[in-house]
Amino acid sequence: MDWTLYIYKTIFLVIIFLITLVVAMYSTYGERKVAAFMQDRRGPNRAGPFGLLQPLADGVKMFMKEEIIPLTANRMLFILGPSIAMVTAMLTGVIIPWGGTLNIGGLDFSMQVADLNIGILYVFAMVSIGVYGIMIGGWASNNKYALLGAIRAGSQMISYEIAMGMSIIALILTTGSLSLHDIVEQQHGINWNIFHQPLGFLIYLICSIAETNRAPFDLPECETELIGGYHTEYSSMKLGFYLFAEYINMFVSSAVIATLYFGGYNMPFIDQLGLSANVVTLLGSLFFFLKIFFFIFLFMWIRWTLPRFRYDQLMNLGWKKLMPLAIFNIMATATYYYFTVLK
Amino acid sequence: MQALTNRSKVVSNKKMNFWEWIYLPAIVKGMSITLKHFFRKKATISYPEQQREFSQVYRGRHVLKRDDEGRERCTACGLCAVACPAEAITMIAAERKPGEENLYREEKYAEEYEINMLRCIFCGDCEEACPKEAIFLTDRIVESDYERQPFVYGKDLLVEPLDPAKRIDISKRQTESVLKFKQNKRFAHNK
Repeated sequence: MDWTLYIYKTIFLVIIFLITLVVAMYSTYGERKVAAFMQDRRGPNRAGPFGLLQPLADGVKMFMKEEIIPLTANRMLFILGPSIAMVTAMLTGVIIPWGGTLNIGGLDFSMQVADLNIGILYVFAMVSIGVYGIMIGGWASNNKYALLGAIRAGSQMISYEIAMGMSIIALILTTGSLSLHDIVEQQHGINWNIFHQPLGFLIYLICSIAETNRAPFDLPECETELIGGYHTEYSSMKLGFYLFAEYINMFVSSAVIATLYFGGYNMPFIDQLGLSANVVTLLGSLFFFLKIFFFIFLFMWIRWTLPRFRYDQLMNLGWKKLMPLAIFNIMATATYYYFTVLK
Repeated sequence: MQALTNRSKVVSNKKMNFWEWIYLPAIVKGMSITLKHFFRKKATISYPEQQREFSQVYRGRHVLKRDDEGRERCTACGLCAVACPAEAITMIAAERKPGEENLYREEKYAEEYEINMLRCIFCGDCEEACPKEAIFLTDRIVESDYERQPFVYGKDLLVEPLDPAKRIDISKRQTESVLKFKQNKRFAHNK
């Protein structure tokens, strides 16, 4: 029994990693398509039908490029930076419940690699370590632009993680659990957390855009002022790792948003259809991915609509607007539960 | 000062009201605009598969016309070369020998006729200058190349084929205004 579990978990883990990579790969394609469509263009359409092989071509190009490590750079840290960014981005996917439970031959297979009882904390931990990749890379490059980008990344992360954490505290007040599995199970049907925590969701969404370093919060890379920010000195696949980590982060944060606020793999009216449990599970996973894709699209949509913040605006928004709002949200939630649930 | 356009706006530093302050309505408005563009018809023309329709009077690659009996109309008078502002046209004249009456319409003809397509600005002055209706600009495109030399087009590329079926059609360029212009007595020699 134990052995089947281990083997199943290993296989499932590999599948999750592969799905994450493929989705991230095609997010680059999707991003270019979305950007093009929003600017009345067509986007990549030469490599394969509808340009579907474009990510492969990009990957091959990245691998073929000359790899340059600046002479004055700290070699070890220079290589460590993108590795950390990539690894931490991949690791978050482990605790996300990708679906319910499959029952095959009398054995239950949970579609979640690890159901940590502190799941949300784990997400936060991984996201926070992720910024080390950027910081280390920016520092090791020995380049002032890279350093500036890294500093910006660090301060931005700290500023927005506070508001993010506080919006999550309000969510935990409603769910009463830190485990992602429990949170999803509570949102059965259409009882999604977005209806309990609309303000919290808004704050979380804004903060997660900031955490993934995407426009309008992409100050760490900021092509116009900092050339490329923290990855100015990077080339070849190390640069590819940084760019790729951003897309993986986007995928994972979409998954986390869908899990926390949009009911994860829960579908409305699924009970009334009278389908067998396995079919319900698979449909749920499919629906979960639809939600994730919607949020990925939302991320891109926002990126190609809004211009980048100025640095003081970014800090103003983080500290003077989002944090008080998040505190207010906690207070309001706590008061509500104090007077309704506890009494 | 007098305003140059009527599009100028007076900038005011008034305090934002609540809805402006939280930005969200403006963001939603902006996102609805980008979404509208998302579903709009694309302006792109996918070039090699799809080609933009040329204007009827498009001024592209030149042709040296033959008359109905297949004789070259050009008499190497050099007016096109004189008219050319880019000095792209050069020619060498020659005398028609007896027995060549089926090749050249008049006693003098162009032995060599070259247009440097890199110099040409496709203004159409040569066409206007030509008293014999020999040179015309067409809706064909001068093909790209890696070298310079292939852009110097000689008679082999300029004179239209003898085969009546393969003649280059320039009737689209003869718009009403052009025909009317040609009825002017001053240009009677153009017939």
